[in-house]
Amino acid sequence: MYEFDYQRPASLADAVSALQSAEDGQLLAGGHTLLPTLKQRLARPSDLIDISSIGELRGIAVDGDTITVGATTTHAEVEGSEAVRSAIPALADLAGMIGDPQVRHRGTIGGSIANNDPAADYPGAVLGLGATVVTNKREITADDFFLGLFETALAEDEIITAVRFSKPEKACYMKFAQPASRFSLVGAFVAKTSGGVRVAVTGAGQEGVFRVTEMEAALDANFSADAIANIAVPDDNLNSDIHGSAEYRAHLIGVMAKRAIAGCG
Amino acid sequence: MTSEGIGASVRRKEDYRFLTGNGHYLDDINRQGQAHASFVRSPHAAAKINGIDISNATNAPGVIAVFTGKDLADDGIGPLICGWAITSKNGDAHNAPAHPALAVDTVRYVGDAVAIVIAETLEQAKDGAEQVAVDYEELPAVASPVGAMSASSPLVHDDAPGNLCYDWEIGDKAETDAAFEKAAHVTHMDIVNNRLIPNAVEPRAAIGEYDVGGDNLTLYTTSQNPHVARLVLSAFNGVAPEHKLRVIAPDVGGGFGSKIFIYAEETVCLWAARKVRQPVKWTAARSESFQTDAHGRDHVSKAELALDADGKFLGLRVNTVANMGAYLSTFATCVPSYLYATLLAGQYTTPAIYCDVQAVFTNTTPVDAYRGAGRPEATFVIERLVEQAAKETGRDPAELRRINMVPVDAFPYQTPVIQQYDCGNYGAALDVALDKADYAGFAQRRSDAEARGKRRGIGFSSYIEACGIAPSAAVGALGGGVGLWESGQIRFNPTGNVTIFTGSHSHGQGHETTFAQIVATRLGVAVENVEVVHGDTDKVMFGMGTYGSRSAAVGGSALCKAADKIVEKGMKIAAHILEASEDDIEFTDGNFTVAGTDKTMSIGEVAFAAYVPHNYPEGVEPGLNETAFYDPLNFSFPAGTHICEVEIDPDTGSVEIVNYTAIDDFGTVINPMIVEGQVHGGVAQGVGQALLEGCVYDDAGQLLTGSFMDYAMPRASTVPSIDVGMTETPSPLNPLGVKGCGEAGAIAAPAATINAVVDALWDLGVRDVPMPATASAVWQTIQSAAQAAE
Repeated sequence: MYEFDYQRPASLADAVSALQSAEDGQLLAGGHTLLPTLKQRLARPSDLIDISSIGELRGIAVDGDTITVGATTTHAEVEGSEAVRSAIPALADLAGMIGDPQVRHRGTIGGSIANNDPAADYPGAVLGLGATVVTNKREITADDFFLGLFETALAEDEIITAVRFSKPEKACYMKFAQPASRFSLVGAFVAKTSGGVRVAVTGAGQEGVFRVTEMEAALDANFSADAIANIAVPDDNLNSDIHGSAEYRAHLIGVMAKRAIAGCG
Repeated sequence: MTSEGIGASVRRKEDYRFLTGNGHYLDDINRQGQAHASFVRSPHAAAKINGIDISNATNAPGVIAVFTGKDLADDGIGPLICGWAITSKNGDAHNAPAHPALAVDTVRYVGDAVAIVIAETLEQAKDGAEQVAVDYEELPAVASPVGAMSASSPLVHDDAPGNLCYDWEIGDKAETDAAFEKAAHVTHMDIVNNRLIPNAVEPRAAIGEYDVGGDNLTLYTTSQNPHVARLVLSAFNGVAPEHKLRVIAPDVGGGFGSKIFIYAEETVCLWAARKVRQPVKWTAARSESFQTDAHGRDHVSKAELALDADGKFLGLRVNTVANMGAYLSTFATCVPSYLYATLLAGQYTTPAIYCDVQAVFTNTTPVDAYRGAGRPEATFVIERLVEQAAKETGRDPAELRRINMVPVDAFPYQTPVIQQYDCGNYGAALDVALDKADYAGFAQRRSDAEARGKRRGIGFSSYIEACGIAPSAAVGALGGGVGLWESGQIRFNPTGNVTIFTGSHSHGQGHETTFAQIVATRLGVAVENVEVVHGDTDKVMFGMGTYGSRSAAVGGSALCKAADKIVEKGMKIAAHILEASEDDIEFTDGNFTVAGTDKTMSIGEVAFAAYVPHNYPEGVEPGLNETAFYDPLNFSFPAGTHICEVEIDPDTGSVEIVNYTAIDDFGTVINPMIVEGQVHGGVAQGVGQALLEGCVYDDAGQLLTGSFMDYAMPRASTVPSIDVGMTETPSPLNPLGVKGCGEAGAIAAPAATINAVVDALWDLGVRDVPMPATASAVWQTIQSAAQAAE
């Protein structure tokens, strides 16, 4: 680990100004991607700006059918939240599938989606539920937020403050874990929302999370596993590595999507 | 059996300190004035070193010294050695190119150490290491052992033509070929035993320390065999003479073989401590463990089994290509030869066996012994072949095994491949296993699974291993450079409690409990009054360490011999004090008694008399402190049958182990709880090899599985609840009757698991699955079988 300056602002405003004034500042929330990267000397930020103790960024709020999850809310908090579980059980389930208990008690939703690891679970829920990413500057729809491998719509000095979910009619996430890392090899998030069915796939795509619009159209017409039985996802833009060929991942998208539909009940 | 003697499940004495964080592992040790080391490592699988510029590193903040391979050579520090000589078919000695601790002009694998940077702090050492400028000229590399044998392959060492270390054979080829001529059926298989990375919980670590006043060196190291380390570092590497070198291996967090070997880092830290006049500490980062701990397995075999019309095995023919990696690790050469092919008879009476082995160099991490070492590879070859032969000839796999097993009345049984099995009852273990696994009910369970959309399979592995390594004369005759006896010392203290010293080394096995139980049983003292000392060459007189499931059979037997001497001397003392003839003294449950009388004294009283010899027999030395060396008469041969039952989700290829039965014959069991734990751990590792673990290099020799993100270890959810049972046929060849239990699980489980997976998919046209049988691999195999059927 190289040397850096550690800052722990008390408010969002202080965090923004710290980020703006740092030469090469990096936000630290749960640190579950950042700290291993630093330990391996693969990153050399000038400043670590620790936002984990800013109260306004943390917590779960319910307003009618809207669930707002603060950016530094941990996976364990989402998993264990009665409010989340009763409104969107699929979201609580997904949070409980991330990593292991240690990871879930440190890792945060904001950190996960800001990093946009193509094998992370949360992007599946955020895109699958058509959530809104709230930042210190604006609100960004999930469809506009994820831009590709480790890329998002966030500006350099932009900080995610919360993610806002609308309660779907039903939803389910099915994950097939990569055997070593337990990240998703393929994760399918299927949601029946007021705006139509959404199918988001994480883990498989070379550019990160993506929607399977052909499945969505078929499910809009007939929300059943049979409706997508004959939809083959092309494998040209899928990952292929020692843990699974693109062909296997394409196949698993179908299997996991069908299981997610079945899991919607 | 007493509540804590041999046969009792005594709770492990060492666990309190381990579980409460009070163990003393190497990284817990910090020496006064200690400096920290970081190694500069090759990022290339093969490259010529045109120059090393250390000037910036030397001037970096906190850096004390930077050393390269030239500095080692200038000081006369010899290359790392391989201690087992193998003779090729043509009579040539095996090819052993030089293995400098720090590469001099060529690097040969990713992670090969080039320089050491020593600094005041670890971060400064790492900063300094980044400042060492190595001018590499990349060379073509080869990672695959079969690829290394092709005429067009790059050479890993210019002085190893064809990348060949040796081309060795065992068995009678003509006789075996003749057996195949007579066969009614021959089963042929291509068998790959996947390469593994050991991953002990505690990474390797070392502190070298120099005492200027006494001109003594001390090495604190994560070793399974500190005396062997001292011998090699002294006699071969020339770091210090043996009497000026102390090696301490404190609490060690797992070894599995990987901590037997004498590595570059430990050697260099020790040597450097004298150079810089400061203790030098190094603890491997996990990424360094992946790159530099000796890997395991990595065999590619062609194997054939010949059967007659009744299913009796007539002959076994095997060709194996074994990957040695870039250099020969300490015992690398014996693993795919004498620890492998001498076990190819398995539990069977196969009359003719021939095996030849080509050991080859590649641009990969050195490969050496890993839990089971050669015996898992042999078991996998035999038990895959037998299962396949049963399926091909329409026989029940259990019955095919049974009719070929060495019968109970045939012991001692001489195999065609050197080994002579001392005792066993293979059919008994098979019967118990079949019963416990409810083999009779399998068909119903399979059809139930099918109704749930799952494919269910059952697989057997009737393994044998050679443990209790090993009779020194036999080792010498087969090329080993050491004796494989063990030492034990029992020292009564005047107050009657006991300190025992053993040359075995515990790195998780529970010797502090097991050995105390042995001595407690033999001498009638309480387990809590027996302290076990190991792992320090200045405390333990000598030792050969722990590997090859040898500690109880060899180290425990040495303690038995020492205990006999204690009793013998105690007889003399007691006879004198009790005013009786020595012939009239009986020793039972810790008391010396004049036969037929109530005149008695405890062994504690005898010990006190020995140290306060006011009333003492003439001509007897004071003190009650006896030592013994024990050289085993033969290997021991644990054996048994494991049965694995799996369910496969054909949509994803996921394999779930739903039942696992392990019936083992370890001879006499000293502590059943510890033995069961060893079986659990071994099976977990074997299941890991079968379903998850696979070390992968790309064609350029880059390690693709260099972290836990890509190298899949078994988890709690992978390992089923294991039904462990034991049959006991005590070994007649050692005083305890023990055979060894540390490796059996890792030896048996891969074949049982893969056999079950293949069984589940046989009706889909699948005839083999690669190991590890990951979901992805299983799914691809199912697809290939379906395409082939079209």
